[in-house]
Amino acid sequence: MNIEDIVLRKKADILRRGASLIMETYSVNASTFFKDQKDPFANPVGYTISQGMEAIFDTLVRDEANKRALDFLDRIVRIRAVQDFTPSQAIGFLFSLKKVLREELQKELQENSMYEELLLLESRIDNMALVAFESYMKYREKVYGLKVKEFKNMAFRLLEKANLISDIADEEAAVIKNDTRAENMK
Amino acid sequence: MSDVLKPAELSKINYKPPRKEWMKTPVNFKHGMYIYPAKAKNLKYLDMPNPREWSPTDKDWKLPENWKEIVLEGMRERLGKYRSFKIFMDICVRCGACADKCHFFIGGGDPKNMPVLRAELLRSIYRGHFTKSGKIFGSLNGARELTVDVLKEWFYYFYQCTECRRCSVFCPYGIDTAEITMMGRELLNLLGCNVNWVIEPVANCYRTGNHLGIQPHALMDMFEMMLDDIYDRTGIRVKPSFNRKGAEILFVTPSADYFAEPGIYTCMGYLVLFHELGLDYTWSTYASEGGNFGLFTSHEMIKRLNAKIYAEAKRLGVKWILGGECGHMWRVMHQYMDTMNGPADFLEEPVSPVTGTKFENAKSTKMVHITEFTADLIRNNKLKLDPSRNDSLRVTFHDSCNPARAMGILEEPRYIIKNVCNNFYEMPENTIREQTFCCAGGAGLGTDEMMETRMRGGLPRANAVRHVHEKYGVNRLACICAIDRATLTTLMEYWVPEVKVTGVHEMVGNALVMEGEKERTLTLRGDPLKETEGEVNV
Amino acid sequence: MKLLFSFITVLLLVIIAYAGIRYASLYYVFGVIIPYAAVGIFITGFVYRVLKWAGSPVPFRIPTTCGQEKSLPWIKQNKLDNPSSTLGVIGRMSLEILFFRSLLRNTKTELREGPSLAYGSDKWLWLAGLAFHWSFLIILIRHLRLFTEPVPYLITLLNNLDAFLQIGVPPLYITDVVLLASVSYLFIRRVLIPQFRYISLISDYFPLFLILGIGISGILMRYFFRVNLISVKELVMGLVSFNPQVSADIGSIFYIHIMLIATLFAYFPFSKLMHMGGVFLSPTRNLANNNRMIRHINPWNYPVKVHTYEEYEDEFRDKMKAVDIPVEKE
Repeated sequence: MNIEDIVLRKKADILRRGASLIMETYSVNASTFFKDQKDPFANPVGYTISQGMEAIFDTLVRDEANKRALDFLDRIVRIRAVQDFTPSQAIGFLFSLKKVLREELQKELQENSMYEELLLLESRIDNMALVAFESYMKYREKVYGLKVKEFKNMAFRLLEKANLISDIADEEAAVIKNDTRAENMK
Repeated sequence: MSDVLKPAELSKINYKPPRKEWMKTPVNFKHGMYIYPAKAKNLKYLDMPNPREWSPTDKDWKLPENWKEIVLEGMRERLGKYRSFKIFMDICVRCGACADKCHFFIGGGDPKNMPVLRAELLRSIYRGHFTKSGKIFGSLNGARELTVDVLKEWFYYFYQCTECRRCSVFCPYGIDTAEITMMGRELLNLLGCNVNWVIEPVANCYRTGNHLGIQPHALMDMFEMMLDDIYDRTGIRVKPSFNRKGAEILFVTPSADYFAEPGIYTCMGYLVLFHELGLDYTWSTYASEGGNFGLFTSHEMIKRLNAKIYAEAKRLGVKWILGGECGHMWRVMHQYMDTMNGPADFLEEPVSPVTGTKFENAKSTKMVHITEFTADLIRNNKLKLDPSRNDSLRVTFHDSCNPARAMGILEEPRYIIKNVCNNFYEMPENTIREQTFCCAGGAGLGTDEMMETRMRGGLPRANAVRHVHEKYGVNRLACICAIDRATLTTLMEYWVPEVKVTGVHEMVGNALVMEGEKERTLTLRGDPLKETEGEVNV
Repeated sequence: MKLLFSFITVLLLVIIAYAGIRYASLYYVFGVIIPYAAVGIFITGFVYRVLKWAGSPVPFRIPTTCGQEKSLPWIKQNKLDNPSSTLGVIGRMSLEILFFRSLLRNTKTELREGPSLAYGSDKWLWLAGLAFHWSFLIILIRHLRLFTEPVPYLITLLNNLDAFLQIGVPPLYITDVVLLASVSYLFIRRVLIPQFRYISLISDYFPLFLILGIGISGILMRYFFRVNLISVKELVMGLVSFNPQVSADIGSIFYIHIMLIATLFAYFPFSKLMHMGGVFLSPTRNLANNNRMIRHINPWNYPVKVHTYEEYEDEFRDKMKAVDIPVEKE
């Protein structure tokens, strides 16, 4: 029996602990709500996390960096990137999965001395953490990009007018515009 | 929360946050979660109290010496003037029905974003200073003393409420957090604790007529650019009039429709529609703002800004007023304008000059919502529409908070959308109509300083959009609110970048077959009209 | 802490009543003075509170609309959730007060495989709230048999209906069971779910314990420590006819019951229990959404400083003229 089989056998426990571990990074009020409310629309955070943990688990045991799993990890990180967390808190939940594994598998690890295999699992977690870090940075950059973009949108016409934003096609049209403008106002 | 965590703390698995009572948890102002304070010059221009340079992160907020007296006296006055305030302070049973209805709580999890607790921030002071039981039992009975920390908490959380009224729908007593937030903000305003994102538009609007402070000649420039774009797309030269006396209708819309992307396309939609109808209407540079950030400041400020709408209608001698797509503007027009600045006895009961329909529901205020107006046109077959021009769009509709929960405009926009495009899909039931989720940028929160708060507060909305995007391929989110058009654009870009935001009348403008138009190859946005080249499936 | 405080207070009330009767024989105090005082406080307090609310005007008409407005004749209005007439408002308020309409809105969606979404609904709070309030009301009405002679037929009928299961002697009232079950649910929900524990105050726990105490003492009195019903009726009729007579042959459990009820009555006007009156006055529910049809008057509407068109034109006249915007003064 290899470690993946054991992990699969304990899937339910590991998933439950893994998910509640993320939930517990929120205030106790919020974490019960995130855990208990099953409606995906009334509770997008909880729903994304529970869906995401399942996908992360699959990656863990199969070592398949499949697109679906990464997508779910990305969704969790996308949420945590705009919540009240420091960067380490935002993606640190992945590392605490290691502790869940160690505790859940304690007996089996000792009996079968599977420490090497455990290391393998843990390095998969490390890989996911790297992916999560990339997502995290991507979304933080996105937030800053949005700030700039929103400012531009807000005064779109003014900036255009002040020639602060324009592309080549617009510049050609501008010549015509300037000619017609004077007449039209009358 | 400390900024640096020891590695061991990161892997703690039985981490439970300390179970402190909420009253004993002071706020911690963090970047991205509060708005910059109002600039002194804006407060001075509006004759508002305590103009000064300060920051919420400062220890000393430079409050007036008798600030406590001011707040308590302000509360006393408002308890006597507003039955809503008094009742809402007294009758909450803390049943918790509202707890998980606020988008900020759902997306962020901060317990003080539960509507019940947001109200308790104010209620605790009410109990402590205005009720016997509060004075006797103190914090045991949820009462507390007014301190600077309380004030900071108010500032933080009353500017984390978008006054969307979703919680009020679920409350068995109709307790409306918008009303409580409005009172909280009024009290903060008495001390000069307000945010620039609200006060600057207010000051601009007061002076120049619109939020961005655009002066009349610049405004004309903006229109010229729009008219050029319309000419470019349709081959028709639209010529609107401004400040024209004797027009039949005064048209008022939020200024974001002239300046902001994608609002300008909605505005082009109005322009082509009115042109095609040959409507006898005028724009006004004086009343060039339908929006009213007074709603996010104080009742008095609502009235001060709103006054110019009727004043201008009277000066120009129009018969009635037509209002564009906007959310909070319509809360003001519908629930406050007539009471504050009416009666509008110098106007006539609105009648559509095209269909002859009497707008009975607007007979006192004399202001008609554009979706009521257009729905009536379509129903009476007055518009030639080619919905296939919108075939590249797969549309869902976001009910904007105020039209949904302060008016009940639900079917009119849907009727229009279904007539101007062929692909319309609803989001899940508990995220639309009266249960609609806010964009998280209303009530003066739509600024980039609040980006993180807005993104997580907008998650419930975005999540429902993503659902219809994944399921039906929805790529366009329609709305009837100028704030939505700005903030949902950002929200979508973060959560569902495949979906763009549109006003309803932008789609009307695209579908409208105009007399003498050239063959349309571009949408009002300037995107190619893909489907028109091949087969036409009407 | 808040929980304990509330529990001990109720326990104390029980002990006071028990000791007062058992050891001090203060029948008159507990049987007459306290009930009269409690009812007196209740009525004055209730009226005072309602008058005080009514004393604050309703400056703006701010209903929360929960359905389609009345607009064009071919668009179907939701007359109950977005009423535009007094009749509609009465309908809306009735649904709200009799059936807790708003709590019923707690819909939730379940995502299932397949094309359609399933809508369930989170109705436990609604159900428990409704069960609690209705059974409380029925129990209250049932008790009128002690206050009337002869007992009106309707009350007897209600009494018999409530006991129609005919379990035990005397027959078990359904409402007794429902009341205890629903109050227990409301209590447990408040204690176990962290969100609700976090927001709960003494004034939330105390009435729950009080009502639980009233229910339990009532049931004990009916089924276990039987009291002399004839004496009880004599006492109550005496109180009602302002000719109170105390008798020593009613068990102390009765006085405990009375003490708790008296406390509830006296406490009522100072507490959140006033939602009973307040729900009728809530401006987001009891006003018609006819804002644009009929002007609402604000009694304290006052003139404010505005920026007039003249001031505006004075500032921008040249710029307006430059782009041919018509002006008042050249």
